[in-house]
Amino acid sequence: MLVNQFLVVAALLFSMGTYGLLVRRNTVMILLSVELMLNAVNINLIAFEAYLRTSEAIGQVFSIFVITIAAAEVGIGLAIVLMIFRNRQSANVDEYNLMKF
Amino acid sequence: MTFADWLSEPVNWVYLAIGAAVVASAFRVVTSQNVVHAALYLVATLAGTAGLFLMMSAEFVAWTLVLVYIGAVIVLFLFGIMITRAPLNVEPGLDNPKARPLAAVVSLSLFVLLAYTSLQAFGSDQLTDVGTPTDTVTLAESLIGRFVLPFEIVGFVLLAALVGGITIARRDLTPLEEEERGAV
Repeated sequence: MLVNQFLVVAALLFSMGTYGLLVRRNTVMILLSVELMLNAVNINLIAFEAYLRTSEAIGQVFSIFVITIAAAEVGIGLAIVLMIFRNRQSANVDEYNLMKF
Repeated sequence: MTFADWLSEPVNWVYLAIGAAVVASAFRVVTSQNVVHAALYLVATLAGTAGLFLMMSAEFVAWTLVLVYIGAVIVLFLFGIMITRAPLNVEPGLDNPKARPLAAVVSLSLFVLLAYTSLQAFGSDQLTDVGTPTDTVTLAESLIGRFVLPFEIVGFVLLAALVGGITIARRDLTPLEEEERGAV
């Protein structure tokens, strides 16, 4: 198996995540797109680990870190979304204009 | 290496099947007009990614992905969808249609850039020792040995996220309610 075949899938996932990030209005959907992008990064890390085969499995260790941070990010992100939803009765980013000049 | 050579390895058929499923469901995650469907398509994407990890001999990370993402993060997302009372059927206002052309251009050019650079850099380099999975002992020794400080920091970040999430999402009592609590 080539390294590139996995890198191309990761690039596709990352660019789709970018598309979702730019197009979505719903905050929860934006967080879903961010998860997609983090997942693409994980594929890259694992592919480079499978290519270089470091003695300490560094790529896999870092992908575990990424998974952990992503879980924390979702928790905090959804808490913020809940708080804003409670105050503004909306989950759409273009209606969050309180701090807009 | 020609495409026919590449296709003659049976493992690449598996790759093609899983990769097509991953890309198709990721596409549905960002285009679906139903919030719950989008979250469930993300489950399919992550399951396919776990399959790719298994192909790249990263068994422990694959099952971590299944447990953490499919087991916990998706549940959090569904919880968030339910609590923000987003309409569970088709909602036309889920996307910003004006942003679509620009977003398509940005993401396509990003894909072309990433794919071109990786194709240029790695050519037809093969993965090494595909058949032998990384044993969990190596991973554990690395996590508790060389990377023990980042490991502890990540644990602390999780704790901070837990406390912060509770603090942010908790509803403050109104003065009237506070008075009632105080009276009891």
